[in-house]
Amino acid sequence: MISVRNLEKSYGRLKVLRDLSLDVTKGRVTAVLGPNAAGKTTLIKCILGLATPDSGAISVGGVNVAVDYRYRESIGYMPQKATFPENLTAREVIRFLQDLRSAGHDYDTTLLRDFEIESDLNKPLRSLSGGTRQKISASIAFLFNPRLLILDEPTAGLDPRSSSKFKDRILQFRSDGGTVILTSHIMSEVDELADQVVYLNAGRVAFEGKPREMRERTGTDRLERAIARLMEEVVK
Amino acid sequence: MKVTRHILAYEVKDLFRSTWLIVYAAFYALLTAGLLYYGGGGRAAVLSLINVILTLIPLVGLLYGTMYLYASRDFIELLLSQPVSRRALFRGMYAGLALPLSAAFAVGVLVPVAMFWSTIEDAGSLLMTIISAGVALTLVFVAVAFVIANVVEDRVRGMSIAIFVWLGATVLYDGLILYVVNVFSEYPLEIPVLVLALLNPVDLARIILLLNFDISALMGYTGAVFERFFGTWLGIGLSSLALLVWLGVPLVLGLRRFRVKDF
Amino acid sequence: MKTRIFLAIAGIILTAAPSAFQVTARTIVVGPEGDVRSIQEAVALAQDGDSILVSAGVYHEPTIEIDRSLVLHGQPGAILDGDTERGLLLVTAPDVSITGFVFRNVGVSFVEDRAAIKVDAGHNCYISDNRFEDTFFAVYLAKTSGCTVARNTIIGRAERQTAAGNGIHAWYSRDLKILDNVIRHQRDGIYLEFVEDATIERNESVDNLRYGLHFMFSDRCRYVDNLFQYNDAGVAVMYTERVEMIGNRFEHNWGSASYGLLLKDIDDSRIVGNVFLDNTIGIMAEGANRMEVADNDFEANGWAVKIMANAIDNIFSRNNFVGNTFDVSTNSSRAYSSFEGNFWDRYQGYDLDRDGVGDVPFRPVRFFSLVVEREEPALILLRSFLVDLLDTLERVLPVLTPESLVDQQPRMRRVERTTPRHQS
Repeated sequence: MISVRNLEKSYGRLKVLRDLSLDVTKGRVTAVLGPNAAGKTTLIKCILGLATPDSGAISVGGVNVAVDYRYRESIGYMPQKATFPENLTAREVIRFLQDLRSAGHDYDTTLLRDFEIESDLNKPLRSLSGGTRQKISASIAFLFNPRLLILDEPTAGLDPRSSSKFKDRILQFRSDGGTVILTSHIMSEVDELADQVVYLNAGRVAFEGKPREMRERTGTDRLERAIARLMEEVVK
Repeated sequence: MKVTRHILAYEVKDLFRSTWLIVYAAFYALLTAGLLYYGGGGRAAVLSLINVILTLIPLVGLLYGTMYLYASRDFIELLLSQPVSRRALFRGMYAGLALPLSAAFAVGVLVPVAMFWSTIEDAGSLLMTIISAGVALTLVFVAVAFVIANVVEDRVRGMSIAIFVWLGATVLYDGLILYVVNVFSEYPLEIPVLVLALLNPVDLARIILLLNFDISALMGYTGAVFERFFGTWLGIGLSSLALLVWLGVPLVLGLRRFRVKDF
Repeated sequence: MKTRIFLAIAGIILTAAPSAFQVTARTIVVGPEGDVRSIQEAVALAQDGDSILVSAGVYHEPTIEIDRSLVLHGQPGAILDGDTERGLLLVTAPDVSITGFVFRNVGVSFVEDRAAIKVDAGHNCYISDNRFEDTFFAVYLAKTSGCTVARNTIIGRAERQTAAGNGIHAWYSRDLKILDNVIRHQRDGIYLEFVEDATIERNESVDNLRYGLHFMFSDRCRYVDNLFQYNDAGVAVMYTERVEMIGNRFEHNWGSASYGLLLKDIDDSRIVGNVFLDNTIGIMAEGANRMEVADNDFEANGWAVKIMANAIDNIFSRNNFVGNTFDVSTNSSRAYSSFEGNFWDRYQGYDLDRDGVGDVPFRPVRFFSLVVEREEPALILLRSFLVDLLDTLERVLPVLTPESLVDQQPRMRRVERTTPRHQS
C-alpha cells in the first residue's frame, strides 16, 4: 500500500530521516515506534505530503505522492493535536471538508455516534475540551471512507471509554480491509492493535517486524520492555 | 477552482465570525464620519482620511495577514491532509483574507460618505479614488504578509519583520527619497524621484491620491512633471503596472515558498 | 425714407448755413440700404460733436480713422469685420465715444499691435457696451488721459502667447477707468504699462493665456472687486508703487509658475479684503516692501503666501488661512515681514483667557516648505507620514524654520467678513 524508498529529510542542519525505506502492507495495522525525535511524525508528514523530502520517493497505492495530490482522497488523517478554526462549529468544519472533497461520497458517521458528541457539533470549537476535539478529529479521519488511516498518537487525549471505542473501530476498519499507520507511546495499545511494528531511531529503521518477533528478538515478554531493550541496544 | 472557492468562502465566514473585521470596518466608518462631520466635507477632512489610509492599511494588511497565516497553521495542515492542491489552498487563503479586508475598508468608507454625500465636493470621484487606492494597498500588503509568514517560521520574528516592512514602506523609504533629493540636488531629479516613488506602493498610492486633492500645490514645476506623467496613458499604465508587479511578485514568491514548505 | 429726407435737409443746412449753426450736433445714420453705406463715409461727412448711428449689418471697411470728436453708436446687429487682416478703428481725436458695436476678426499680426479700437493720444474717450470677438488686441490705448472702458465683452481666441493680444491694453495713459468688462481668452486680460491713476473695478478676467491683469510701472492705481479666474498666471503687479488692491477674487490660477497675485518690486501698496482661492501660489512677493496685507481669505492654495527674502516690512494681519498646502513659505532664514492676528487653520494652540487670541504663538512656515523651497522634487513626499512626522518635530523643536517668523497673536476663530464682495 505504501512504499517508502531512501527517504532523506532534514530541517536546517538537523537530519531527521536518513535513508529510510519502508513498506506498509495493505490490510494491516503498522505501528511506527521510536523515541522522541526519532522522525515518526516527519515520516507521517512526508507520506501525507505535508513535508517535502529532500530525496527519496514515496508512493501510496502506486501513486508517487510528489506528483499528484489526489492520492489523499483515500486517506483519513488524525493529527497529534487537533486544532480547528476557533470560530466555527464542528458541523461547519465537517461540512466544509465535505465541500472540499469531490461529491458522491457516503459519509461514515459511526464514530461520531459512538462518541456521543452529536450535541457538541453545533458549539463553536473554541468552547470544546481537548478530548472532545480529539474525538471530532478521529471522527473526521473516518468520515470519508478512507482506505488508509494515518493516526498520530490517536488515543493520547481520550478517556478510557472513548479510547476503547476508538480501538474497536480501528480493528473493525482493518477487518474490512483497511490499512492503518499509527504512532503511539502506549505499548498496550500497540500490542492490541498492531500487526507490524516499525521501530525508528535517529531517522533510520532500527527494527521492523511483528510484535511477537520483537519480543523474541529482545528476549522479553512485554513489548514495553522489548522497546526499552531496543533503545539500549541502539545506544550501545 | 472549486476548491479555491470553498476555501475562500470558508475563510470569509470565519473572518466575519471574529469581531476583528467588524471592528476594522467600524473604525473606518467612525473615522470617516468623524472627519466629515467635523471637517464639513472639505479638503481637510478628505486629506486627513488619506493620511490615515496610507499609514493604516499597509500596517493592518501586513500584521493581520501574517497573524492570520500563523494562526491558521494547524488548519492549513488539516486541509493539506485532504485531497487539496497547495496552489488552490494558497489562492483561497489569499483571496479569503484580502477580499474581506478590502470589503471592510470599502464599506467602512462608503457608508459615511453616502451619508454626507451632498456636503462633499465631487463625492463620486473622491470615493472611487480613495476606495481603489485603499483596496490596492490592502491587496498588495496582504500579499507581502503572505510572503513573510511563509518564509519566516517563527511568528515573533515574522511579525517583527512585518512591522519593519511597514516602517520601511511608510517612513524609511521616504527618508531615502529625501536623502537622495538632498544629496543630488544639483541634478534634475524629477524623473529619478518619480521612478523611486513608483517603486513603493505606498508612495504610488499617495501620489495618485494627491493628484486628485492637492492639485494646486503639485502644479509647480515639479508638480507639472508629475502631473504630466500621471495624466498620460503612459503614466497611468506604468503606475498600474507597478501596482500589479507589487501584487504579482509577492504572490508568486509566496506561492513558490508555500508549495515546498513543510508543515 | 425719413433718413433720406433728413440727410437732404441736413445737406442743405450744411452747405447753406454759416458755421455759427454748427453748434447743434447732427446724427448721421449709416445702413447697408441707406445713403451713407459705410462708416468711413459717415466719419468723413461728420464734424466735431456729431453722432453716427450705425444700423444693423456687417461692415467690411478699411481701418477707419476717427480724427474728430464723434459719438459712434452701433444699433443691435451692427458688426465691424476686419476679415482677419486689419485693425478696425483708429481714434486720434479727443472726446470720442464708441458704443454698442460688435467688432470681429481683426486677425493676428506679428509686426504691429493691431487692435479693434486703437486710441492714439485721444483724450476722454468713452468705449462701452461693445462686443469684441477674435480681435487680437481689443482696446488699445496709447498716450491717453481720462478714458473710460466699460461694460465691454471681449472674447479672444488666444492659443499661443506669441500669437495673442491683450484684451484692454493701456500705455502711457492717465486717469483711466476700466469698469465692468468681461474678458476671456486673450494674452493678458488687462495690461497697463506706464499708466497712472487708473481705476479698475468689477471686471471679470478669465481664461487668459498669461495674466488676468498685468501692471508695469503704473503707480497709484486702484483695482477693486474684480474677478480673476483660470488665468495661466493670475495677476502681476510689477515695478509699481501705491497700488490699492481691494475686494478682488483670485481663483483657480494654476500652472508651473502660476500665482493668484505676483508682486515684483512694488512698494507701499495695500492688499485688503481679497479672496485667494485654489491657486498654485496665492501671493508671490519678490521685492515687495511696506505692503499692508489685511483681511484677505487664503483658501485651498498650494502656497498661500510665498515671501522672498527681499520682501521687507510687510504686515499681514486679520487674514484667514484655510486649507492651504503651505501657508507661508520663504527662502530666507530670517523674517523681514510680520504676521499679526491672522487665523490659521493649522493652529493647535489654546486660549485659556478666552480673549479669542491663542496663548501660544504660531509658526506658519512648515519645515517641509523649506525643504521644498530648496529642493522642489521633494514635493513628491507631500503628505507622507515621514513629512508629517518631521513637521511635527519641527513645530516642537524649531531648528530650521525662521525663528522670528511668528504670529504672536493667532486668532482662534476665522475672521468674519462683513463687506459684500464681487461674486463669481
